Amino acid sequence: MSSKPKLAMYWGAACGGCEISVLNIHEHILKVDEIFDVAFFPCIADFKVHHVESYPDGYIDVCLWNGAIRNSENEEMAHLLRKKSKVLVAYGSCAYEGCIPALSNLTSKEATFKTVYHDNPSLDNPEGIIPLTKVEVAEGVLTLPEFYHTVKSLDQVVDVDYYLPGCPPEPPQIWAVLQVVVAGLLEGAPLPPAGSIVGVTNKAVCEECERVKSEKCIERFYRPYQIVPDPEQCLLEQGLICMGLATNGGCGALCPKVGMGCRGCYGPLPGVEDQGAKMLSAVASVIAAGEPGMEEAELEKKIQAVVDTIADPVGTFYRFSMAHSMLRRAKVSGSNGKGEA
Amino acid sequence: MTEQFEPVIVGFLCNWCSYRAADLAGTARIHYAPNMRPIRVMCSGRVDPQFVLKALREGADGVMIAGCHPGECHYVNGNIKALRRFILLKSMLRQLGVEEGRVQLVWASASEGIILAEKVNKMTEEVRALGPLNWSEKVLGGNGHKIAESVPVAEEV
Repeated sequence: MSSKPKLAMYWGAACGGCEISVLNIHEHILKVDEIFDVAFFPCIADFKVHHVESYPDGYIDVCLWNGAIRNSENEEMAHLLRKKSKVLVAYGSCAYEGCIPALSNLTSKEATFKTVYHDNPSLDNPEGIIPLTKVEVAEGVLTLPEFYHTVKSLDQVVDVDYYLPGCPPEPPQIWAVLQVVVAGLLEGAPLPPAGSIVGVTNKAVCEECERVKSEKCIERFYRPYQIVPDPEQCLLEQGLICMGLATNGGCGALCPKVGMGCRGCYGPLPGVEDQGAKMLSAVASVIAAGEPGMEEAELEKKIQAVVDTIADPVGTFYRFSMAHSMLRRAKVSGSNGKGEA
Repeated sequence: MTEQFEPVIVGFLCNWCSYRAADLAGTARIHYAPNMRPIRVMCSGRVDPQFVLKALREGADGVMIAGCHPGECHYVNGNIKALRRFILLKSMLRQLGVEEGRVQLVWASASEGIILAEKVNKMTEEVRALGPLNWSEKVLGGNGHKIAESVPVAEEV
């Protein structure tokens, strides 16, 4: 067995883009192969869970975990890999703060199942079959992992050493972080303190965005398909929701650069717990309606009209951070939030 | 025996108007619901929506934000900013399943102790009718969520 450090990568509730992002570091991937032995990486190599179980505790030097915790399999694997890994990295937005899967925290498990297994227009399921944790068939009992009511981030299940945000993280940031970890493993260089969010600038995306910014006074908001944005001016000033001002930098402001408002995937800035609340604050502050001295009822009506042009504010402001937000999920009416009647 | 539910309402009162109104209500010995726990902030515009969400998560049944009447802000338009945030927050709370009425924005000037007292009474009754929010147990509980900080609860004497 070689003495090279061991690398693992595993997915929870994820799209697979994070795995691709690791491969997307171009020629550096050869360097990764040179430095590390892959100990577990189902996307690119044939490893099974029993291999991981057979490793001694702490055998894996770096485990990049991507994906949120959506079901019991995710949770079980998170615990297993935590035990077997020296350094566990929450890699990508899902592992860090829930990301798109966690938007289902706005509804119940039953409603999610209803959409996915009953109402989906492309579906053919006349018997209304939904996945069960246990099914008896002639040959024996078949089991499936349990689908949870609430999507959690990785750190809500196990202790996490580092967070690498992004949907997916950007290649230069990935490589920079791997270099730091490698220097720590091979040369004993100091590693960042545990719990650090790595691969970020700790400054808002606006700092990296080259668009021209001036006073923001917005009379109505637009969805991206409704207008063709000016190529120079700040997108928010044009009425397009851009999360840049509530989002940690590090991506190089790629989305605003091509005329799409920042989605917010790098998560909140330092000192902020709830990215959506901060975005709410910022967006509300730039609404143009409402002058001092205006009649109170009139004032409310004017502001309400502007607010009504923001489609799905929770889904927009918490697009990536629902699981990590203050409230973590919605209270589902007629249930206790667990989707039970 | 049925015990009446006593809601906990966290109140963010602006230094220049509403906190003075609460002071006035006190010195004038106005009797009103003791359910609102006042926190003095310099301006209703200082109330970060994070404060409101945190209060709701950590055990408050309602949150009251109180400021100067529009046009009377000590900082010109802080209360208008608060109003804009409140209107957007309200639509977000609806999506998050928090009943309307749990978070309210009221105006009370420094001379309106009685008005503040009335608004606290009214809100207390409204939140009482809605029942306990109990977010960490009712919504997060059973989902394996652990809330890091536990909030000490005052003992009834």
